[in-house]
Amino acid sequence: MIQLHAIRKVFNAGRPNEFVAVDGVDLTVDFHGATALKGPSGSGKTTLLSIVGCMARPTSGRITLQDREITSLPERFLTEIRRATFGIIFQQFNLIKGLTLLENVMIPAYPTGEQYASLKKRAMGLLDLLNLGAKAHAKVEWLSGGEAQRTAIARALINNPAILIADEPTAHLDTRLSREFMDIMRQLKQEGKTILIASHDPIVYQSPVIDRVVEMRDGRIIAAGEAP
Amino acid sequence: MNAFEKQRYILDLALSSMKRRKGKNIALVAVYTFVLFLLASVLFSADSLKREAALILQDAPEMTIQKLVAGRQDLMPTRYLDSIRQIPGVQSVEPRLWGYYYDALSGANYTLMVNKALNDHQGEILIGAGVSRRTTADGPPPRLQENDLLPFKTYDGSVLTLNVKGLLPTTSELVTADLVLLSEPDFRKIFAFGPDLSTDLILRVRNARELPTIAAKITQLHPDTRPILRQELLRTYEAVFDWRGGVIILVLAGVLFAFVILAWDKATGLSAEEKREIGILKAVGWETSDILLMKFWEGTTISLTAFFVGIVLAYLHVFVAAGVLFEPILKGWSVLYPQFRLTPTVSVYQVATLFFLTVLPYTVATIVPSWRSATIDPDAVMRG
Repeated sequence: MIQLHAIRKVFNAGRPNEFVAVDGVDLTVDFHGATALKGPSGSGKTTLLSIVGCMARPTSGRITLQDREITSLPERFLTEIRRATFGIIFQQFNLIKGLTLLENVMIPAYPTGEQYASLKKRAMGLLDLLNLGAKAHAKVEWLSGGEAQRTAIARALINNPAILIADEPTAHLDTRLSREFMDIMRQLKQEGKTILIASHDPIVYQSPVIDRVVEMRDGRIIAAGEAP
Repeated sequence: MNAFEKQRYILDLALSSMKRRKGKNIALVAVYTFVLFLLASVLFSADSLKREAALILQDAPEMTIQKLVAGRQDLMPTRYLDSIRQIPGVQSVEPRLWGYYYDALSGANYTLMVNKALNDHQGEILIGAGVSRRTTADGPPPRLQENDLLPFKTYDGSVLTLNVKGLLPTTSELVTADLVLLSEPDFRKIFAFGPDLSTDLILRVRNARELPTIAAKITQLHPDTRPILRQELLRTYEAVFDWRGGVIILVLAGVLFAFVILAWDKATGLSAEEKREIGILKAVGWETSDILLMKFWEGTTISLTAFFVGIVLAYLHVFVAAGVLFEPILKGWSVLYPQFRLTPTVSVYQVATLFFLTVLPYTVATIVPSWRSATIDPDAVMRG
């Protein structure tokens, strides 16, 4: 279980362009379920995801991961938690150009120093699972939008994280590919992964895969409840 | 966790990252190599020349006595010998016969010197490597070998042909390159030297500490002479080489400064793509130290490549191509040989100096901006 307590995130604090992205959010995310953060652009979804995924620190407030307070941990420990616990799928996919699909998928595991043979085998297994095995040695810039996203999913799964975080995952996909993405999420949820998605796409937050929808506006949660 | 495997992954990604930015990195290595080549060339040339000069003086007499007329060197009358020999502390005084000979065929100056050992072998000469590989207007003729003939034009216009008996050893080319050793009768045939004249006198003493006293006595005895001590020659040589080296280093300082600006700009100015990659790596679980290590490998690869290529090119330039770029400045007017090769000598001290002046600063320069990029929160990548 992830618990957020009175989380506040302020950018450019004390300057004329100060901006409050998240303003006093309390949220509990249960494991083994799928939660959608819904809201318009600028509502604070992405910032909240960054904080949950240990990619940014809140200006104030506390975060606990399975009852362990992680807000004040040094960067090194936060990185370890991020690597071991979270798999992140970015809106822009953020694959590294010039590298192959296989290399992109393996990159998050490099700092672990895992043996090459076993790492490659696991990466190939994920690419096969997402129907990308045949293109494993192709450069990522040659991929279609759907393929790039499936590669990003494989990369998010390489360290076998408990929680998958996705930020606007369908923003660059057409309807068919968006549904395909939600189907993959369904399979991963069945396997026991916890899924946290920020999106303002109805295909996502109205999907039967989603157990709970948290609605945000102006950095605050305005509604949270079971998905219809 | 396998630390070796981790290093391998990071190095692998660093190399692939460099490959992806071929243009930038090739340009950087090229400029870096060029600067190192110039710096190393100057260091190698100046040091080798100094070493050659030291070799010349190693066997030089403790004191040379010249006769001066109107402030210019004149021929030394051999009658001075007896009076100088009488000075207490003098071990031996000998007349020396030597001079410069301009060979119109090859356009080079030779140093002709009498060697007592050849006095019984009139008509025979020993030559230095530079004389052996002389060139003519029609290009280089075959190298002079033993038993080849070398013609000399004498002072009255006649030709004296001498037989090459052998080549002088090439421990130091500066010492022997232009040297022709010959017998006294042949020398006097080429130059109009009277039998009671020599070029200068060389003097040996029993106790080196008495040299200044003996020199003072000589000038007292023969006010028209100038005694030159070996130490004075050494100082002059060093001053000349240091000055010449200094001129080149001054010019190079400009090049070096331009390089520093370029390196700083290229190395420190991370492109948007590089910043994005650092953000991605952090977001997917890389630590700041892993990213710095990757950037360290990138910087080290570039600087070590440039370092070794630059040094090898400088070595070839100075010791194989005879330092064609700096020859006119470093060697001065007196060396007119079309080819002159320095004896290859490279000291660990020189290489280490170059390493610490170039490789270390560059590597640090590449890490600093990466450190700045790598320490920001990885959530920047979430915002595209």
